[in-house]
Amino acid sequence: MKRFRSPVRILGATVGAALALAGCASGTTPVADNTPITLTLATFNKFGYSDEMLAQYHKVHPNVTVVQNIAATSQAAQDNMFTKLAAGSGLGDVEAVEVDWMPKLKQYANLFVDLSTPAVTSRWLDWKTQAATVNGRLIGAGTDIGPEAICYRSDPFVKAGLASDPAGVAQLLSGDWNNYYAVGQKFTAANTGVAWFDSAGATYQGLANQYQNFFEQNDGTVIATTNPDVKSAFVSVLNASSTSSAHLQEWSTDWNAGLANGAWATMLCPSWMLGVISGNGPKLKDWKIANVFPNGGGNWGGSYLTVPTQGKHTAAAKELALWLTAPEQQIAAFVTTGNYPSQVGAYNNPALTGAMNPYFNNAPIGQIFADRAKAVKVTPYKGVKYAAIMQAVQDGLTRVESKKQSIDASWAQVVSDIKALS
Amino acid sequence: MTTSTLVVKDLARRSVGFRKNLGRWDVKYSPYLFISPFFILFALVGLFPLLYTGWVSLHAWDLLGGQGKWTGFDNFAFVLQQRQFWIAVRNTVSIFLVSAIPQLIAATAIAAALDTNLRNKTFWRMSVLLPFVVMPVAVTMIFGSMFGERYGLVNRTLADVGLGPIRWHTEPFASHIAIATMVNFRWTGYNALIILAGMQAISRDLYEAATIDGASWLQRFFRITLPQLRPTIIFVIITATIGGLQIFDEPRLYDQNGLGGEDQQWMTMTIYLYKLGWTQLNFGRAAAVAWLLFLVIVAVGLINLAITRRIASSEGRTA
Repeated sequence: MKRFRSPVRILGATVGAALALAGCASGTTPVADNTPITLTLATFNKFGYSDEMLAQYHKVHPNVTVVQNIAATSQAAQDNMFTKLAAGSGLGDVEAVEVDWMPKLKQYANLFVDLSTPAVTSRWLDWKTQAATVNGRLIGAGTDIGPEAICYRSDPFVKAGLASDPAGVAQLLSGDWNNYYAVGQKFTAANTGVAWFDSAGATYQGLANQYQNFFEQNDGTVIATTNPDVKSAFVSVLNASSTSSAHLQEWSTDWNAGLANGAWATMLCPSWMLGVISGNGPKLKDWKIANVFPNGGGNWGGSYLTVPTQGKHTAAAKELALWLTAPEQQIAAFVTTGNYPSQVGAYNNPALTGAMNPYFNNAPIGQIFADRAKAVKVTPYKGVKYAAIMQAVQDGLTRVESKKQSIDASWAQVVSDIKALS
Repeated sequence: MTTSTLVVKDLARRSVGFRKNLGRWDVKYSPYLFISPFFILFALVGLFPLLYTGWVSLHAWDLLGGQGKWTGFDNFAFVLQQRQFWIAVRNTVSIFLVSAIPQLIAATAIAAALDTNLRNKTFWRMSVLLPFVVMPVAVTMIFGSMFGERYGLVNRTLADVGLGPIRWHTEPFASHIAIATMVNFRWTGYNALIILAGMQAISRDLYEAATIDGASWLQRFFRITLPQLRPTIIFVIITATIGGLQIFDEPRLYDQNGLGGEDQQWMTMTIYLYKLGWTQLNFGRAAAVAWLLFLVIVAVGLINLAITRRIASSEGRTA
C-alpha cells in the first residue's frame, strides 16, 4: 500500500503550503480571542502534563481546550512525526520531540514555528536552547533534561548483604563503570533471584551520553564504526550483562512486566525515569534513589515542544507551548513524574529544591537531581544520524542478550548496518 | 425558395444522420463511459502513484526535502545488495505461507460446516465474521502481549503444562507463527464467508445425483464442492496474496520499536520500506523497495494462477 502514498504527499504538501499561507495571512489579523478552539498536544512516555494542568490552562484561556495524545515510545512518536510531516497534515498543534532526533528535524526548520520571543531568550540552559536553534530560529521550547542518578531496590540489596541506604549505596557505586559492574558481580553472586540491571541497551545509553563525539564528529562525519570507545563500551556492557542483566529489552512488554515484578535491582535513572518506574511498579515499596552515577555525571534524553507550521492555530499553539515550558509548569511536572526542568529560573525555586518523592521513600529528588545536573560535564554532539546509529547499536546489544549471536558476530552486523545508513 | 427548402431538407437529413450517429455512439461508447469512473479513479490513485513512485526511485529523494539529483538505478542496486532486503523478502514470503495456507484450509472447513443444516444459521455466520471487525491495532496489542517471552500468557500456559518457553520475539520462525496467528484470527472468518457464498452457488442437483449414486459426504466434498469452488478459491488466493505480501500492521506493532526486531526476525518488505523512507528519510530507496515489492507480488500472483489452474484442470480430468 505504500506506493499509494506519494500523490497524497504532494496533495498534502500543497494543502500544507496553502494552510501555511493562510496562517501567515491570518497572522496579521488575529482571530477573535473568544473563538473556541481545540489544541492537540502530542507527547510520549510521561511528560507530567496532568489533566489538572491542562484544565488550569483552559481556565486562563476559556476558549482553548487542550487534548493530549500520548505515544508509547519516543520511537513511535518519531515515526509518527516524520510520516505526518511528509503528508503535510495530521500532526498535533504542539508536538513533543526528543533531543536524540531533534537534529533530524533541524534540517527542516522551516516546517516549524519560530518560538523565540524576547520574554524567553534566557529561559533555558544555553546548551538546551542551542540544540534547538537554527539560524536564530528557535524551533523547540525545552521541557526537561535527563540528569542521571541510580535507582535501586533496597530489599534485594539487604538480601545480598550490601549497604542499602541511599548514602551507603552512593558510596558503594561511586567510581567508574567497572566499579558498577564489579558491585553487580558481587550482587549476582549472592543469588537474590533478581538481576543487577535491566538490559545492556539501557546501560549503554548511560555510557554513550558521556562522550562529546561518540557516533559523529561535529561536522556530521560518522565515526561510530571506527571510534574505539563505541566498541569498547559495547563489549564491556555485554561482558557485564552476561551475568548481571535481566535481558529485558527496554520498553518491551516484558520489560514493563519485569519492572512491575521487580526483576532487577538497579537501573540508570534519568529524572524522567522516576515516573516510568512508579507508574509501572505501583506495588513495589523499596525503590530508592542514590545520588551517584558511574563515571561522574550524565544526561540522558530530555525533550522539546515544537509547533509545526501545518497546524491551524499556530499562534495559539505557540502560546500553549511557551506556557507549558514556563518554569512553574515544569516544576509541577517534576513533582508529578520527576522530569527535571531545563529552565534556569526553576533551579532556585524552593518548590523544586525542596521536592520529595513519596514513591521513592521520600527521596529529596529536588536536591538529588540538582546535584546530578551539576555533575554533567559533557554535552554530547548528536547529528542527523544519531538516532538511527543508536538503534543499530541497540539492536546489536539485544542480539547478544537474546543469545542469538556472539559479541563479535553482532558487532560485525552493527558495523554493516551503520554503513548501510550512508 | 428552392435553395432554402433544400437547405432545410439537408439540415433535417443531417440532423437525422446526427441522431443516427448518436445512437451508434451510444451503443459503441456508452459502456466505456459507464465503466470509466473506475478507470479514471484507478488512473488517479493507482496508476499515477505507481509511475510516480518509479520516477522517485530513480532519484536521490529526501522524504521532506524532496527531489534530488537523478541517480538512475542506483537505488535499486543499493537495495538489492542489502542483507536486510533479502531477509525482508524471506520474512514476507514465510509469514505469507504460514498465514495463507492454514487460513485457506480452515476457511474452507468452516465454510463447509456452515453450509450444512445448522440451526440459527445467521447467528453462526455472523459470529465467524466477528474477529474481522476488531481493529487490527487492538488485535496486535493483545496478541503482542500474549506472546511476550517471559511474562506472556502463551509461554506461561506452556510452562503450566510442562513445556519449555518458545522465544516468540527472538526466533524468526516463532515470530512468524505469532504474526500469522494474528492475521489468521482476523481473516479466516472473512474468507470463510466468501467461500460459503461460493458453495451456496453450487447447484444442489449435483449433490442429489451424487447422493443417489451412493457418494459419501467426503466424496461429495472432494469431487463436487472443491472443483466447483475453483473461481472462488482463485479469487480468495489472489486477494490473500496481495494482502499477505503487503503485511504491515501486525509486524509493525509486534514490539515496541516497530522495526521488525533486533535481528530483523519479522521485518517484512513493507517494514523495510518504511524504515528506509520514514526513519532514514530516504524516499528514493523506499520507492525502489516499493517497486520491487510490486514485482514480487505480480510474480507470486502469476505463479499462484498457474498452480491453481493446473490443480483445477487435473481435478477436471480425474472427475
